[in-house]
Amino acid sequence: MGIFNFFSRDKKEKLDEGLEKTKSSVFSKLTKAIAGKSKVDEEVLDNLEEVLITSDVGVNTTLKIIERIEERVAKDKYLGTSELDGILKDEIAALLEENNSGSETEFTIPADKKPYVVMVVGVNGVGKTTTIGKLAHQFKKAGLKVVLGAADTFRAAAVDQLKIWAERVDVPIVEQGMNADPASVAYDTLQSAVSQDADVVLIDTAGRLHNKVNLMNELSKIKRVMMKIIPDAPHDVLLVLDGSTGQNAVEQARQFTKATEVTSLALTKIDGTAKGGVVIGISDEFKIPVKYIGVGEGMEHLQVFNKYEFVDSLFSKTE
Amino acid sequence: MFENLTDKFDRAFKVLKGQGQITEVNVAETLKEVRRALLDADVNFKIAKEFTNEVKEKALGSEVLTAVKPGQLLVKITQESLAELMGGENEEINIKGNPGIILMSGLQGSGKTTFSGKLANYLKTKKGKNPLLVACDVYRPAAIDQLHVVGEQIGVDVFSNREEKNPVAIAQQAIQHARSNGNNVVIIDTAGRLAVDEQMMTEIAAVKKAIDPTETLFVVDAMTGQDAVNTAKAFNDRLDFDGVVLTKLDGDTRGGAAISIKSVVNKPIKFIGTGEKMEAIDLFYPKRMADRILGMGDVVSLVEKAQEQYDEEKARKLHKKIAKNEFNFNDFLDQIQQIKKMGNMKDLMSMIPGMGKAVRNLDIDDDAFKGIEAIIHSMTPAERDNHKILNGSRRKRIAAGSGTSIQDVNKLIKQFEETRKMMHLMSNKKNMANLMRQMGNMKGMPGM
Repeated sequence: MGIFNFFSRDKKEKLDEGLEKTKSSVFSKLTKAIAGKSKVDEEVLDNLEEVLITSDVGVNTTLKIIERIEERVAKDKYLGTSELDGILKDEIAALLEENNSGSETEFTIPADKKPYVVMVVGVNGVGKTTTIGKLAHQFKKAGLKVVLGAADTFRAAAVDQLKIWAERVDVPIVEQGMNADPASVAYDTLQSAVSQDADVVLIDTAGRLHNKVNLMNELSKIKRVMMKIIPDAPHDVLLVLDGSTGQNAVEQARQFTKATEVTSLALTKIDGTAKGGVVIGISDEFKIPVKYIGVGEGMEHLQVFNKYEFVDSLFSKTE
Repeated sequence: MFENLTDKFDRAFKVLKGQGQITEVNVAETLKEVRRALLDADVNFKIAKEFTNEVKEKALGSEVLTAVKPGQLLVKITQESLAELMGGENEEINIKGNPGIILMSGLQGSGKTTFSGKLANYLKTKKGKNPLLVACDVYRPAAIDQLHVVGEQIGVDVFSNREEKNPVAIAQQAIQHARSNGNNVVIIDTAGRLAVDEQMMTEIAAVKKAIDPTETLFVVDAMTGQDAVNTAKAFNDRLDFDGVVLTKLDGDTRGGAAISIKSVVNKPIKFIGTGEKMEAIDLFYPKRMADRILGMGDVVSLVEKAQEQYDEEKARKLHKKIAKNEFNFNDFLDQIQQIKKMGNMKDLMSMIPGMGKAVRNLDIDDDAFKGIEAIIHSMTPAERDNHKILNGSRRKRIAAGSGTSIQDVNKLIKQFEETRKMMHLMSNKKNMANLMRQMGNMKGMPGM
């Protein structure tokens, strides 16, 4: 036996119980905690902290939100717990508001950019290729002509995966097979898109851990090469974040924004029990809007981000 | 690995340094920092809370009275508690049976397929097994192709059946195939699935029931946030898995998920994935990991890694050469290749105590030696044998040949001469020391 039994039986049971609660309704827990209280006090805020932290909002952003609530409480001395729900949503939405997250409601692109080039980046396994497949489907549905570029030439069978998506959605794809130079694929794709008079180009890139310098530099190269054909390309650099990732997502955003100018975020895999709360802090810190949210595996399971729905989901039942 | 958490602890414990006694007051601030550090590292909210409470109770207990330095004691308590939280001694996987069957499970994008490849490669090269990889992901586009590519890379057989859509049937066929084909371990890669996806969870439970694996592994991304506990619990409820695999630990991942998962499902973490290469797989050592979190380095891992890759015979010859001051550019090149074999430089260097912080912001990657290698490759055999003949015109030719500048060549030669001198001086010490010395010297070389 070690220095102490950290998880003795009763502790473990308590923990299981706790997790059960987490899994059920977060907001109901909050309500329970403040039941019988008419005012927002220390204990209420403590419980709020727990709700936010367990949704991956992160310590910094949580404190920021709580500070905002405290300010409101100080201003309006008669603030009751019944109003907390609304205020909370307001404050969190405000953090997202400040950078235009959720300002769009449909899958659209600016009319003056043709073709509109989107480069999709992110670490390994966040769902970049799948997001591209779904985006292609949505854009096509909106009546736009889409071309895909398979510039993830590194991961085994990534090109095949995108090819299957291209077939499913029925859009053209430009590829040079595995291990080809990604910049060259991107160049070809843009050339082909221009000659086909396409509206949207979606460029898939290899997943890279954000601490790998060379791979990060490769992104800059892809960008430079694309600019030879379309001077202001890419118009959108979409960073894909896995909704189940914790605070490391902040570091991912930091490194990717350093390597290339990230202009929007997509949050994936929000169909499970993960809340993806980390995106609030990221969007706030880097002033990058959240554009899309992936909520399932099907073609239709990509939505334009709606901040009110998102905040609702943080405080709602998961099952 | 865990560097960020280590940083936080460094700061947290600084508060305590120089104080004579642990009291409720001075420990409170430190523990608040510890708790925050744990939360920032994605340790589950409740676990972080309980953990800090336990540490506090312990710290305020009777042993404190005999403590000389409270700070050290608190470090010790935290470290031991962390190690214990992450599990006891390392536990091996069970591959007994004919064949031994390993079932992989986990969410989408957790790195199951890549890890299956790494595990196959590990069993093949380290355990002398003849593994068979089985592609049971019938959903994700091109998942089967990915496993075939991985299998080819490492020279391991891959079983798939593109006509069959039922993973249970594929797994059963694969085991038959392994028996007749002489594969003594079968690794079954399955589709990623969400814990809330009832149908998919039923499917993998059915696979497990049908094939009765000797080892069921739960693969989880080390970057997973608070949800790690829910996912791990849900998978464990359905599969009662035997061990956990933590992937993607090579980033700046804080890896708090390791702590959460271990304490919630109480199953050992058996492997960690530390890079993109097929060799980037390690056993998980809780004690070392806890040391590492607290910034004490991971010397044991480093030494083991070095020993594994280091050719004893070559080392002896080299030692002789150094003693006679005959170390030349060929040997130098050889050394670089040895070091490269050991894996990711940054990971290696961060294992040295005190280096964790120093290398964090250093941009070291596996191409770091490219410039040096190019220069040496551009030398003639005679020049490599005896660097003293490298005059101006030879240096100019080498610079042109290697695509570097004369300055780079001069710099390398100077560095080489210094290293050589140093090595000669140190030649009475162990080879390992020389190796370490060289690693320390590499900063400032071309390409770094």
